[in-house]
Amino acid sequence: MSEVRAEPPQAQWPLYEVFVRGKRGLNHVHVGSLHAADDQMALRHARDVYTRRNEGVSIWVVRSADITASSPDEKDPLFAPSGDKVYRHPTFYDIPADVPHM
Amino acid sequence: MNQTHDANPAHEAGSVYDGLLAGEADGHWAFGTSFEDPLAGVDTTVPEGVDPGDLAGYCLMLGDDALVLSHRLTEWCSNAPDLEEDVALANIALDLLGQARLLLARAAAADPAVVPALPDGSPVPPEDALAFFRDEPHFRNVRLVEAPTGDFAATVTRLFLCACWRLALLERLATSRDQVLAAVAAKGVTEVTYHRDYAARWLVTLAQGTEESRRRTSTALASLWPAVDELFGSHGVEPRMAAAGAGVDPATVRADVDAVVDQVLAAAGLERPQVPAMSGVRDRTGRDGLHTEAFGHLLAEMQAVARAHPMGMW
Repeated sequence: MSEVRAEPPQAQWPLYEVFVRGKRGLNHVHVGSLHAADDQMALRHARDVYTRRNEGVSIWVVRSADITASSPDEKDPLFAPSGDKVYRHPTFYDIPADVPHM
Repeated sequence: MNQTHDANPAHEAGSVYDGLLAGEADGHWAFGTSFEDPLAGVDTTVPEGVDPGDLAGYCLMLGDDALVLSHRLTEWCSNAPDLEEDVALANIALDLLGQARLLLARAAAADPAVVPALPDGSPVPPEDALAFFRDEPHFRNVRLVEAPTGDFAATVTRLFLCACWRLALLERLATSRDQVLAAVAAKGVTEVTYHRDYAARWLVTLAQGTEESRRRTSTALASLWPAVDELFGSHGVEPRMAAAGAGVDPATVRADVDAVVDQVLAAAGLERPQVPAMSGVRDRTGRDGLHTEAFGHLLAEMQAVARAHPMGMW
Protein backbone atom coordinates (compact mmCIF):
# COMPACT_ATOMS: atom_id res chain seq x y z
CA MET A 1 0.00 0.00 0.00
CA SER A 2 2.67 2.47 0.99
CA GLU A 3 5.16 1.34 -1.57
CA VAL A 4 4.74 -0.97 -4.51
CA ARG A 5 7.74 -3.10 -5.29
CA ALA A 6 8.02 -4.81 -8.64
CA GLU A 7 8.52 -8.42 -7.64
CA PRO A 8 7.05 -11.67 -8.85
CA PRO A 9 4.29 -13.18 -6.65
CA GLN A 10 5.62 -15.31 -3.81
CA ALA A 11 4.12 -18.24 -1.97
CA GLN A 12 4.78 -16.59 1.38
CA TRP A 13 4.69 -13.00 2.60
CA PRO A 14 8.13 -11.43 3.07
CA LEU A 15 9.76 -11.40 6.48
CA TYR A 16 9.97 -8.21 8.55
CA GLU A 17 11.99 -7.39 11.65
CA VAL A 18 10.15 -5.56 14.42
CA PHE A 19 11.55 -2.93 16.79
CA VAL A 20 9.49 -1.61 19.69
CA ARG A 21 10.12 1.33 21.96
CA GLY A 22 8.70 0.80 25.43
CA LYS A 23 7.00 3.45 27.49
CA ARG A 24 10.09 4.00 29.54
CA GLY A 25 12.60 3.17 26.85
CA LEU A 26 14.72 5.65 25.02
CA ASN A 27 15.47 3.44 22.07
CA HIS A 28 13.71 0.91 19.86
CA VAL A 29 14.57 -2.67 20.77
CA HIS A 30 14.45 -5.62 18.40
CA VAL A 31 11.64 -7.89 19.60
CA GLY A 32 11.21 -10.41 16.80
CA SER A 33 10.05 -10.89 13.26
CA LEU A 34 6.85 -11.56 11.35
CA HIS A 35 5.42 -12.01 7.88
CA ALA A 36 3.38 -9.36 6.10
CA ALA A 37 2.39 -8.48 2.56
CA ASP A 38 3.55 -4.86 2.74
CA ASP A 39 4.99 -2.25 5.08
CA GLN A 40 1.65 -1.04 6.43
CA MET A 41 0.43 -4.56 7.12
CA ALA A 42 3.73 -5.30 8.86
CA LEU A 43 3.18 -2.33 11.15
CA ARG A 44 -0.29 -3.56 12.07
CA HIS A 45 0.83 -7.13 12.51
CA ALA A 46 3.59 -5.88 14.78
CA ARG A 47 1.02 -3.99 16.83
CA ASP A 48 -1.09 -7.12 17.12
CA VAL A 49 1.67 -9.60 17.84
CA TYR A 50 4.26 -7.62 19.82
CA THR A 51 2.44 -4.86 21.70
CA ARG A 52 -0.66 -6.67 22.96
CA ARG A 53 0.58 -6.66 26.53
CA ASN A 54 0.92 -2.91 26.58
CA GLU A 55 4.64 -3.01 25.79
CA GLY A 56 5.09 -0.25 23.32
CA VAL A 57 4.52 3.34 22.36
CA SER A 58 6.31 3.24 19.02
CA ILE A 59 7.03 0.56 16.41
CA TRP A 60 9.54 0.30 13.60
CA VAL A 61 9.35 -2.42 10.98
CA VAL A 62 11.90 -3.13 8.30
CA ARG A 63 12.12 -5.86 5.74
CA SER A 64 14.61 -8.44 6.88
CA ALA A 65 16.06 -8.46 3.37
CA ASP A 66 16.90 -4.76 3.75
CA ILE A 67 19.14 -5.31 6.74
CA THR A 68 22.84 -5.58 6.02
CA ALA A 69 24.39 -7.83 8.63
CA SER A 70 27.95 -8.75 9.41
CA SER A 71 28.86 -12.31 8.61
CA PRO A 72 30.00 -14.83 11.23
CA ASP A 73 33.02 -15.46 8.96
CA GLU A 74 34.15 -11.90 9.57
CA LYS A 75 33.85 -12.20 13.32
CA ASP A 76 37.53 -12.30 14.09
CA PRO A 77 38.76 -9.52 11.80
CA LEU A 78 35.90 -7.28 12.91
CA PHE A 79 35.76 -7.85 16.63
CA ALA A 80 38.82 -9.67 17.92
CA PRO A 81 41.12 -6.61 17.68
CA SER A 82 39.15 -4.75 20.33
CA GLY A 83 39.30 -7.66 22.74
CA ASP A 84 42.55 -6.72 24.44
CA LYS A 85 42.28 -2.92 24.38
CA VAL A 86 40.93 -2.35 27.83
CA TYR A 87 42.34 1.19 27.82
CA ARG A 88 39.52 2.18 25.48
CA HIS A 89 37.08 1.96 28.38
CA PRO A 90 36.81 5.30 30.18
CA THR A 91 37.46 3.69 33.53
CA PHE A 92 40.88 5.10 34.22
CA TYR A 93 39.67 8.46 35.38
CA ASP A 94 38.74 9.64 38.82
CA ILE A 95 35.31 11.23 38.65
CA PRO A 96 34.94 14.26 40.92
CA ALA A 97 32.17 13.75 43.48
CA ASP A 98 30.25 16.81 42.27
CA VAL A 99 29.75 15.56 38.72
CA PRO A 100 26.19 14.20 38.46
CA HIS A 101 24.69 11.52 36.21
CA MET A 102 27.80 9.38 35.70
CA MET B 1 28.89 -1.16 36.83
CA ASN B 2 26.07 -1.57 39.31
CA GLN B 3 28.35 -1.07 42.24
CA THR B 4 29.77 2.08 40.76
CA HIS B 5 26.26 3.28 40.06
CA ASP B 6 24.96 2.55 43.55
CA ALA B 7 27.97 4.15 45.20
CA ASN B 8 27.31 7.35 43.33
CA PRO B 9 25.64 10.02 45.47
CA ALA B 10 23.76 11.24 42.41
CA HIS B 11 21.76 8.02 42.45
CA GLU B 12 19.83 8.95 45.53
CA ALA B 13 18.90 12.28 44.03
CA GLY B 14 17.42 10.35 41.09
CA SER B 15 18.95 10.06 37.66
CA VAL B 16 17.25 10.39 34.30
CA TYR B 17 17.86 6.71 33.71
CA ASP B 18 16.05 5.49 36.79
CA GLY B 19 12.82 5.36 34.81
CA LEU B 20 14.31 2.71 32.56
CA LEU B 21 14.35 0.20 35.35
CA ALA B 22 10.90 -1.34 35.57
CA GLY B 23 9.75 -0.58 39.07
CA GLU B 24 6.68 -1.65 40.99
CA ALA B 25 5.19 -5.02 40.16
CA ASP B 26 5.77 -5.13 36.42
CA GLY B 27 9.49 -5.80 36.38
CA HIS B 28 8.99 -9.22 34.84
CA TRP B 29 7.59 -7.76 31.64
CA ALA B 30 9.91 -6.77 28.85
CA PHE B 31 8.82 -3.16 28.72
CA GLY B 32 6.56 -2.65 31.73
CA THR B 33 2.80 -2.59 31.65
CA SER B 34 0.73 -0.40 33.96
CA PHE B 35 -2.68 -1.26 32.58
CA GLU B 36 -5.37 1.15 33.57
CA ASP B 37 -8.62 0.10 35.17
CA PRO B 38 -11.25 1.67 32.91
CA LEU B 39 -13.76 1.98 35.72
CA ALA B 40 -11.44 3.15 38.48
CA GLY B 41 -13.07 6.01 40.33
CA VAL B 42 -16.22 5.93 38.19
CA ASP B 43 -19.50 6.79 39.88
CA THR B 44 -21.79 3.73 39.57
CA THR B 45 -25.03 5.26 40.83
CA VAL B 46 -27.84 5.37 38.28
CA PRO B 47 -28.24 9.01 37.20
CA GLU B 48 -31.45 10.79 38.06
CA GLY B 49 -34.10 10.58 35.37
CA VAL B 50 -32.75 7.29 33.99
CA ASP B 51 -34.94 4.24 34.51
CA PRO B 52 -32.80 1.42 35.99
CA GLY B 53 -34.69 -1.17 33.94
CA ASP B 54 -34.03 0.76 30.73
CA LEU B 55 -30.38 1.20 31.64
CA ALA B 56 -30.02 -2.54 32.26
CA GLY B 57 -31.81 -3.40 29.02
CA TYR B 58 -29.66 -0.97 27.06
CA CYS B 59 -26.44 -2.34 28.56
CA LEU B 60 -27.58 -5.86 27.71
CA MET B 61 -28.09 -4.83 24.08
CA LEU B 62 -24.64 -3.31 23.66
CA GLY B 63 -23.04 -5.98 25.84
CA ASP B 64 -24.66 -8.87 23.97
CA ASP B 65 -23.59 -7.41 20.60
CA ALA B 66 -19.99 -7.43 21.83
CA LEU B 67 -20.21 -10.83 23.51
CA VAL B 68 -21.68 -12.65 20.52
CA LEU B 69 -19.39 -11.02 17.95
CA SER B 70 -16.45 -11.80 20.22
CA HIS B 71 -17.48 -15.45 20.34
CA ARG B 72 -17.78 -15.64 16.56
CA LEU B 73 -14.29 -14.15 16.18
CA THR B 74 -12.79 -16.62 18.64
CA GLU B 75 -13.89 -19.42 16.34
CA TRP B 76 -10.83 -18.43 14.28
CA CYS B 77 -8.40 -19.25 17.08
CA SER B 78 -5.74 -21.57 15.62
CA ASN B 79 -7.61 -21.57 12.28
CA ALA B 80 -6.79 -18.17 10.79
CA PRO B 81 -4.93 -17.91 7.46
CA ASP B 82 -1.66 -17.24 9.29
CA LEU B 83 -0.30 -16.69 12.76
CA GLU B 84 -0.39 -12.90 12.61
CA GLU B 85 -4.06 -12.80 11.59
CA ASP B 86 -4.87 -15.39 14.24
CA VAL B 87 -3.48 -13.11 16.93
CA ALA B 88 -5.10 -10.03 15.39
CA LEU B 89 -8.56 -11.63 15.42
CA ALA B 90 -8.06 -12.90 18.96
CA ASN B 91 -7.05 -9.39 20.08
CA ILE B 92 -10.22 -7.94 18.59
CA ALA B 93 -12.32 -10.67 20.20
CA LEU B 94 -10.71 -9.91 23.57
CA ASP B 95 -11.39 -6.18 23.19
CA LEU B 96 -15.05 -6.94 22.58
CA LEU B 97 -15.19 -9.45 25.41
CA GLY B 98 -13.82 -6.77 27.73
CA GLN B 99 -16.55 -4.36 26.62
CA ALA B 100 -19.16 -7.09 27.10
CA ARG B 101 -17.96 -7.85 30.59
CA LEU B 102 -18.22 -4.25 31.74
CA LEU B 103 -21.59 -3.73 30.07
CA LEU B 104 -23.12 -6.91 31.47
CA ALA B 105 -21.78 -6.05 34.91
CA ARG B 106 -23.37 -2.61 34.54
CA ALA B 107 -26.68 -4.20 33.52
CA ALA B 108 -26.64 -6.44 36.59
CA ALA B 109 -25.78 -3.55 38.90
CA ALA B 110 -28.52 -1.32 37.44
CA ASP B 111 -31.26 -3.96 37.67
CA PRO B 112 -30.39 -7.22 39.48
CA ALA B 113 -33.69 -8.71 38.24
CA VAL B 114 -32.12 -9.33 34.80
CA VAL B 115 -29.59 -11.81 36.24
CA PRO B 116 -30.69 -15.46 36.03
CA ALA B 117 -31.00 -17.28 39.34
CA LEU B 118 -28.21 -19.69 40.25
CA PRO B 119 -27.97 -22.23 43.09
CA ASP B 120 -27.33 -20.72 46.51
CA GLY B 121 -23.64 -20.18 47.15
CA SER B 122 -22.68 -20.17 43.48
CA PRO B 123 -19.48 -18.15 43.00
CA VAL B 124 -20.45 -17.17 39.43
CA PRO B 125 -20.33 -13.35 39.15
CA PRO B 126 -23.41 -11.57 37.73
CA GLU B 127 -21.80 -10.77 34.36
CA ASP B 128 -20.93 -14.45 33.89
CA ALA B 129 -24.42 -15.49 34.92
CA LEU B 130 -25.79 -13.17 32.23
CA ALA B 131 -23.42 -14.51 29.58
CA PHE B 132 -23.66 -18.21 30.34
CA PHE B 133 -27.00 -18.86 32.04
CA ARG B 134 -29.45 -16.80 30.02
CA ASP B 135 -31.63 -18.52 27.44
CA GLU B 136 -31.83 -17.44 23.82
CA PRO B 137 -34.95 -15.21 24.09
CA HIS B 138 -33.23 -13.10 26.74
CA PHE B 139 -30.28 -12.17 24.53
CA ARG B 140 -30.74 -8.70 23.04
CA ASN B 141 -28.02 -8.68 20.36
CA VAL B 142 -28.70 -7.74 16.76
CA ARG B 143 -28.83 -10.69 14.38
CA LEU B 144 -25.87 -9.53 12.28
CA VAL B 145 -23.41 -10.56 15.00
CA GLU B 146 -24.78 -14.09 15.33
CA ALA B 147 -24.58 -15.05 11.64
CA PRO B 148 -22.25 -18.04 11.12
CA THR B 149 -18.62 -17.01 10.82
CA GLY B 150 -18.13 -18.24 7.28
CA ASP B 151 -14.82 -17.71 5.48
CA PHE B 152 -12.23 -15.01 6.12
CA ALA B 153 -13.93 -12.62 3.69
CA ALA B 154 -17.24 -12.97 5.54
CA THR B 155 -15.47 -12.45 8.88
CA VAL B 156 -13.79 -9.28 7.69
CA THR B 157 -16.96 -7.96 6.04
CA ARG B 158 -19.11 -8.53 9.12
CA LEU B 159 -16.48 -7.04 11.39
CA PHE B 160 -16.27 -3.98 9.16
CA LEU B 161 -20.03 -3.39 9.17
CA CYS B 162 -20.28 -3.94 12.93
CA ALA B 163 -17.27 -1.77 13.73
CA CYS B 164 -18.53 1.20 11.66
CA TRP B 165 -21.86 1.04 13.45
CA ARG B 166 -20.54 0.41 16.94
CA LEU B 167 -17.94 3.14 16.63
CA ALA B 168 -20.65 5.66 15.76
CA LEU B 169 -22.66 4.55 18.80
CA LEU B 170 -19.71 4.59 21.20
CA GLU B 171 -18.51 8.02 20.05
CA ARG B 172 -21.87 9.50 21.03
CA LEU B 173 -22.14 7.36 24.14
CA ALA B 174 -18.90 8.82 25.50
CA THR B 175 -20.96 11.80 26.71
CA SER B 176 -23.62 9.62 28.35
CA ARG B 177 -24.97 10.86 31.67
CA ASP B 178 -24.30 7.39 33.03
CA GLN B 179 -20.68 7.53 34.10
CA VAL B 180 -20.11 3.82 33.56
CA LEU B 181 -21.47 3.87 30.01
CA ALA B 182 -19.42 6.97 29.28
CA ALA B 183 -16.24 5.32 30.56
CA VAL B 184 -16.85 2.06 28.70
CA ALA B 185 -17.59 4.01 25.51
CA ALA B 186 -14.52 6.23 25.81
CA LYS B 187 -12.30 3.19 26.17
CA GLY B 188 -14.17 1.30 23.46
CA VAL B 189 -13.78 4.08 20.89
CA THR B 190 -10.03 3.51 20.61
CA GLU B 191 -10.52 -0.25 20.38
CA VAL B 192 -13.27 -0.19 17.77
CA THR B 193 -11.42 2.44 15.74
CA TYR B 194 -8.67 -0.14 15.32
CA HIS B 195 -11.19 -2.91 14.52
CA ARG B 196 -12.66 -0.76 11.78
CA ASP B 197 -9.23 0.06 10.40
CA TYR B 198 -8.22 -3.60 10.41
CA ALA B 199 -11.43 -4.77 8.74
CA ALA B 200 -11.58 -1.95 6.19
CA ARG B 201 -8.01 -2.61 5.05
CA TRP B 202 -8.72 -6.29 4.57
CA LEU B 203 -12.04 -5.60 2.86
CA VAL B 204 -10.32 -3.41 0.26
CA THR B 205 -7.40 -5.84 -0.09
CA LEU B 206 -9.67 -8.84 -0.65
CA ALA B 207 -12.07 -7.02 -2.96
CA GLN B 208 -9.19 -5.72 -5.06
CA GLY B 209 -7.18 -8.92 -4.83
CA THR B 210 -7.63 -12.03 -6.91
CA GLU B 211 -10.76 -13.04 -8.78
CA GLU B 212 -11.48 -15.59 -6.06
CA SER B 213 -11.00 -13.20 -3.14
CA ARG B 214 -13.22 -10.64 -4.86
CA ARG B 215 -15.92 -13.23 -5.49
CA ARG B 216 -15.86 -14.32 -1.86
CA THR B 217 -16.00 -10.74 -0.59
CA SER B 218 -18.95 -9.70 -2.72
CA THR B 219 -20.75 -12.94 -1.81
CA ALA B 220 -20.17 -12.21 1.88
CA LEU B 221 -21.40 -8.64 1.54
CA ALA B 222 -24.58 -9.77 -0.22
CA SER B 223 -25.32 -12.43 2.38
CA LEU B 224 -24.74 -10.12 5.37
CA TRP B 225 -26.43 -7.05 3.96
CA PRO B 226 -30.04 -8.06 4.81
CA ALA B 227 -29.12 -7.86 8.51
CA VAL B 228 -27.78 -4.28 8.23
CA ASP B 229 -31.16 -2.52 8.42
CA GLU B 230 -31.76 -3.95 11.86
CA LEU B 231 -28.70 -2.07 13.18
CA PHE B 232 -30.55 1.20 12.79
CA GLY B 233 -33.94 0.13 14.10
CA SER B 234 -35.03 1.85 17.29
CA HIS B 235 -36.18 -0.48 19.99
CA GLY B 236 -38.32 1.07 22.76
CA VAL B 237 -35.44 1.25 25.22
CA GLU B 238 -33.02 3.15 23.02
CA PRO B 239 -35.06 6.29 22.32
CA ARG B 240 -35.98 6.49 26.02
CA MET B 241 -32.32 6.19 27.00
CA ALA B 242 -31.42 8.82 24.38
CA ALA B 243 -34.11 11.15 25.72
CA ALA B 244 -32.68 10.73 29.21
CA GLY B 245 -29.25 11.73 27.89
CA ALA B 246 -27.79 8.36 28.73
CA GLY B 247 -28.06 6.38 25.48
CA VAL B 248 -27.97 6.69 21.70
CA ASP B 249 -30.88 6.09 19.34
CA PRO B 250 -29.27 4.01 16.56
CA ALA B 251 -31.59 5.60 13.99
CA THR B 252 -29.62 8.82 14.44
CA VAL B 253 -26.26 7.35 13.40
CA ARG B 254 -27.35 5.93 10.06
CA ALA B 255 -26.17 8.84 7.89
CA ASP B 256 -22.71 8.85 9.48
CA VAL B 257 -22.31 5.08 9.20
CA ASP B 258 -23.56 5.07 5.60
CA ALA B 259 -20.96 7.67 4.66
CA VAL B 260 -18.09 5.57 6.03
CA VAL B 261 -19.39 2.33 4.55
CA ASP B 262 -19.87 3.95 1.14
CA GLN B 263 -16.35 5.38 1.23
CA VAL B 264 -14.78 1.98 1.90
CA LEU B 265 -17.03 0.16 -0.57
CA ALA B 266 -15.97 2.70 -3.20
CA ALA B 267 -12.30 2.04 -2.43
CA ALA B 268 -13.03 -1.67 -2.67
CA GLY B 269 -14.91 -1.25 -5.94
CA LEU B 270 -18.02 -2.87 -4.46
CA GLU B 271 -21.65 -1.82 -4.77
CA ARG B 272 -24.22 -1.78 -2.00
CA PRO B 273 -26.13 -5.04 -2.51
CA GLN B 274 -29.72 -4.60 -3.64
CA VAL B 275 -31.30 -7.17 -1.36
CA PRO B 276 -34.37 -6.93 0.86
CA ALA B 277 -33.86 -6.48 4.58
CA MET B 278 -34.17 -9.50 6.85
CA SER B 279 -37.65 -9.55 8.31
CA GLY B 280 -38.61 -9.89 11.94
CA VAL B 281 -41.56 -11.80 13.30
CA ARG B 282 -44.43 -9.47 14.17
CA ASP B 283 -41.89 -6.67 14.26
CA ARG B 284 -39.72 -8.53 16.74
CA THR B 285 -36.00 -8.72 15.94
CA GLY B 286 -32.75 -9.54 17.72
CA ARG B 287 -33.20 -6.68 20.18
CA ASP B 288 -36.48 -8.32 21.28
CA GLY B 289 -34.85 -11.71 21.78
CA LEU B 290 -35.84 -13.11 18.40
CA HIS B 291 -32.83 -14.85 16.88
CA THR B 292 -31.79 -17.02 13.96
CA GLU B 293 -31.27 -20.76 14.03
CA ALA B 294 -27.49 -20.36 14.10
CA PHE B 295 -27.71 -18.55 17.42
CA GLY B 296 -28.95 -21.61 19.29
CA HIS B 297 -25.90 -23.57 18.20
CA LEU B 298 -23.62 -20.70 19.18
CA LEU B 299 -25.13 -20.49 22.66
CA ALA B 300 -24.91 -24.24 23.15
CA GLU B 301 -21.20 -24.16 22.45
CA MET B 302 -20.55 -21.00 24.42
CA GLN B 303 -22.55 -21.98 27.50
CA ALA B 304 -22.21 -25.76 27.77
CA VAL B 305 -19.20 -25.86 30.10
CA ALA B 306 -20.39 -23.09 32.42
CA ARG B 307 -23.87 -24.60 32.68
CA ALA B 308 -22.46 -28.01 33.55
CA HIS B 309 -20.68 -26.41 36.53
CA PRO B 310 -22.93 -23.75 38.07
CA MET B 311 -20.83 -23.94 41.26
CA GLY B 312 -17.56 -23.72 39.35
CA MET B 313 -14.80 -21.22 40.01
CA TRP B 314 -13.02 -19.94 36.89
